[in-house]
Amino acid sequence: MEKKKVGAVLVVGGGVAGVQASLDLADSGFKVYLIDQGPSIGGVMAQLDKTFPTNDCSMCILSPKLVATGRHPNISILTNAEITGLSGEAGNFEVKLRKRSRYIIEEKCNGCGLCAQKCPIEAVDMYNEGLAQRSAIYVDYPQAVPLKYKIDREKCIGCGTCYEICKAKAIEYEQKDSEVTLNVGSIILAPGFEAFDAKQKSEYGYGRYLNVVTSIEFERILSASGPYGGLVLRPSDGEIPKKIAFIQCVGSRDFQLGNPYCSAACCMYGMKEAVIAKEHTPSKLDATIFYMDLRAYGKEFDDYCNRAKEEWGIRFVRSRVAGVTEDTLTGNLHVHYVENETPKTEEYDMVILSIGMTPPKNIDKLAKILDIELNKYNFCETKHFSPLETSKQGIFVCGAFSAPKDIPESVAQASGAAAKAMSIIAPERGKLVTVKEYPPERDVSKEEPRIGVFVCHCGINIGGVVNVPEVVEYAKSLPNVAYAEANLYTCSQDTQKLIREKIEQHKLNRVVVASCTPRTHEPLFKETVQEAGLNPYLFEMTNIRDQCSWVHMHEPKEATEKAKDLVRSIVAKATLLKPLQKPVINVTQVGLIIGGGVSGMIAALELAKQGFEVHLVEREKELGGNLRKIHYLLENEDPQEKLNNLVRAVEGNKRIHVYLGAEVADVTGFVGNFKSKIALHDGEEKEVEHGIVIVATGATEYKPTEYLYGKNPKVITQHELEEKIANGRFKAKNVAMIQCVGARNEERPNCARICCGQAIKNALKIKEISPETEVYVLYKDLRAYGFKEDYYREAATKGVLFINYDDDRKPQVTSEPGKLKLLFWEPILKEEIELEPDFVVLSAATIPNPDNKRVAEMLKVPLTKDGFFLEAHMKLRPLDFATEGVFLCGMAHSPKYIDESISQACGAAARATTILSKSTLEMEGIVANVDEDLCSGCRICEYLCPYNAIEIKEKEGKPVAHVIEALCKGCGACGTACPTKAITMGHFTTEEILAQVKAALMEEATA
Amino acid sequence: MSKNNGFKPKIIGFLCNWCSYAGADLAGVSRIQYPPNIRIIRVMCSGRIDPAFILEAFKDGADGVLVAGCHLPSDCHYLTGNFKASRRVALLRKVLKEFGIEPERVRLEWVSASEGDRFAAIVRDMVEQIRKLGPSPLKNMEAKA
Repeated sequence: MEKKKVGAVLVVGGGVAGVQASLDLADSGFKVYLIDQGPSIGGVMAQLDKTFPTNDCSMCILSPKLVATGRHPNISILTNAEITGLSGEAGNFEVKLRKRSRYIIEEKCNGCGLCAQKCPIEAVDMYNEGLAQRSAIYVDYPQAVPLKYKIDREKCIGCGTCYEICKAKAIEYEQKDSEVTLNVGSIILAPGFEAFDAKQKSEYGYGRYLNVVTSIEFERILSASGPYGGLVLRPSDGEIPKKIAFIQCVGSRDFQLGNPYCSAACCMYGMKEAVIAKEHTPSKLDATIFYMDLRAYGKEFDDYCNRAKEEWGIRFVRSRVAGVTEDTLTGNLHVHYVENETPKTEEYDMVILSIGMTPPKNIDKLAKILDIELNKYNFCETKHFSPLETSKQGIFVCGAFSAPKDIPESVAQASGAAAKAMSIIAPERGKLVTVKEYPPERDVSKEEPRIGVFVCHCGINIGGVVNVPEVVEYAKSLPNVAYAEANLYTCSQDTQKLIREKIEQHKLNRVVVASCTPRTHEPLFKETVQEAGLNPYLFEMTNIRDQCSWVHMHEPKEATEKAKDLVRSIVAKATLLKPLQKPVINVTQVGLIIGGGVSGMIAALELAKQGFEVHLVEREKELGGNLRKIHYLLENEDPQEKLNNLVRAVEGNKRIHVYLGAEVADVTGFVGNFKSKIALHDGEEKEVEHGIVIVATGATEYKPTEYLYGKNPKVITQHELEEKIANGRFKAKNVAMIQCVGARNEERPNCARICCGQAIKNALKIKEISPETEVYVLYKDLRAYGFKEDYYREAATKGVLFINYDDDRKPQVTSEPGKLKLLFWEPILKEEIELEPDFVVLSAATIPNPDNKRVAEMLKVPLTKDGFFLEAHMKLRPLDFATEGVFLCGMAHSPKYIDESISQACGAAARATTILSKSTLEMEGIVANVDEDLCSGCRICEYLCPYNAIEIKEKEGKPVAHVIEALCKGCGACGTACPTKAITMGHFTTEEILAQVKAALMEEATA
Repeated sequence: MSKNNGFKPKIIGFLCNWCSYAGADLAGVSRIQYPPNIRIIRVMCSGRIDPAFILEAFKDGADGVLVAGCHLPSDCHYLTGNFKASRRVALLRKVLKEFGIEPERVRLEWVSASEGDRFAAIVRDMVEQIRKLGPSPLKNMEAKA
């Protein structure tokens, strides 16, 4: 008998991938256990300063996700935990965990940090990569989630200082490790990677020379919260460097070392670090990057690369550095390398090693427990057509553990793995989650404001500087304040009960808390007032800790005055607060997918597996898209067999409605409530209602105009060569391939990503069927990233000749009657070579679907300047559009391999499921409101809104702005610009803000 | 006795919730000290800041106003709010003189969530600068009137 399925998922690893997977699962009605070996979640991304290619601050974009994870009612975070045993099967696993002790009672610790301030012991701070010190009782970093301290028992001397000072009584020196057993339906592995140990490359002197640092150490050096406050300083003497060098491929593409694969992200992060270092250095800084191939293959990465060269003046040298030696007097470093066959040496103040990714530590042990296969490099074994599945049913993988990759790809995979993990337990959706019930809301509209003010001591964090009793007394004297009191910790569980009691006792109808930051604590207090029957928007908070007591520690009098000003100011705002209703909208639990290639089909199947109906619209007369043209892969799988299976699965699925030869002609509505017209092949039109849209319109092969393509039949594209080979019509003595045709040029500056792999694939196939055929590949940078490097090496070993060219010396193709001639420069022989190839094969770029523009306008979503669709955020929202309810995947996003399209397609389905799994959506209450009498219909707000949340409607003969509450994010840009002041921003009204300003500036009568 | 003696500048800081307010929090978490002259008002986005708010603040007695948001070009949580703030403050500067307010009293800065240090430095610098400028001319006018 089949065991009962369980509606819970275990996510292993709390880096950005694990966090994304957890959020998608929890938002789709599943219970999530998120475990991490360390004391907090966040992973490597929490250590980064900036992220490429937008130079966004890493912590700024990650931290809100961490907070959301920490607060999610359906996510339980188990830290310091590792898996010790697994039994059961897909749908119903039993997982045993060991949870190492923190020596802190997690429920009691409120993260105030007093213990760490007073701890007399110094230990090495590994969050700062050993470049700084921390105390023996610590959190990894200030924004850590969960914000619970931990005692490093190896360093702790047991002096009892923390025990004495902890007002929350959270210290427990004798705490023991514990065993936990979890029952889950599926498992997602997101353990990330281990940074390469640079000491293994002893020729670069890491560990011996102080000024040789790793790229991750350099991230900390660059970070404003790092050891040097964001200034680039040399570790040896604290001097500002004038010349720095980056050495790429340290621990990657290194056969002797046993790491022959490419780590996929280092070229970009090396460039980014060089750019940021220049930005952070007040004086002139020269930065040189020593590289083998510049692998800027991702979306708009070449744009970044070009700016690095031209705007920021980063110097690039194509050379594998032989070694680094130190000038012992100055601490400067000599970088030895070979360029143009000539040995050279250059002196630098600092050398940064761009270290690669290796499998997570002790991964073989975990693999054994879980019974999953690892590949030859100890990364997780996956297949090209099932990139998210491990060898064991019910266990899925995402992020760097399946292959080295960057953040957006990890995030897309994380969502994809969430889809996979959900689909096997779909019927159990909603069974194990908690839905919070609140008492009915009290109507306060007729009441005069009665404000309760709660001032937090935060142990002594606030109370040690600010005179809290004085602030409380002052608060009592303010107009409309009906009650005020001080709390040791306003955030503690017992205070929540107390606040509820006081609301009732004193008939409070507004609540103000003066404590720490609303960014972490506002949701908790809002919940508390809601539990007491108040509208959650009748709550406000002011920050007298992070922005007062902690920054004016030596000025208690001024800090107290400031705290009073802040309380007066927030009370003035609170007086004007109005209850806001969270708009609730119905959701049509049906999906619409535009495009029936591999991405569209996979997304449709995934949504169907979740139990949703799907309309799949394909313009061609058959499903399959570009996959129809692919006959073999580098990886040993048969694409045409896979395609046939996919088409059969889609066409045989009752929940999927396929429209062939059809086109989406019109889309109206918004998230949860779209209405679309599908123009059918017979000229008829069908109207469908749906809750989400997935854009999977794919891309197409560029038709070259270069190199005599179309003029000489022997000049063909890679797809045409593949067709010939597949049909058994290929015969040639020699073949020359030219890379980057229609890509990385003036018109299209970015890389088309897949052509290097295509060339290697076809070259290997030629060598397989006709070993004596000569194959030349003329390339600019051979971008065989990740494990594709293996095939590059294989091709080179089998005699495929890879010859580098640059834009100054492009190959030339000429034709004479009966003859095709190719002329190119051989950089090693340093001479021009002339060939008479049987075929010149052009690696033509993958370019956007020409229909993208129409689709983008119809959906009101943006395109990149290259013409691909532009996602909401390049790093952390790769599959979402800024417009809620619209998603993207596959080559509509940018060129990519099949496995990458599949990951994204599954991911888009998971993102869509966070909406489709609910029959109604509750939106944020802070939205814009239009006073229709005042509105002049000028359309400024409509133009300014970045979310298309404002539309102009005809009302009684005049145009009037209308806010689609479901789309409004509450930024307030519209309200600010409205010339007739017809728009009010909920919770941040002009009156509220101005009252706050006025009160803050009021001269105190007593002062 | 110079009239600026004992002058404690009052600064209103409009900070966006996502980057700059977080940066100010980090200054606190890192215990970076700065003068207690700023009163921070949290808004969701720097794009919410109406130039009129800044003028009102001066009318109410502010000696300086700081508007801080997410770094250009792409840190903004609401995609383009920082650009909007930047345009509005630029426009405001042009008219400030008309009101008799030195444009240096208004500062627009980009502060990320990891720039606690930078936030503190901006406040220090601004307090110093406004101390040099002296009390807001609007205040003097009111005092005279």
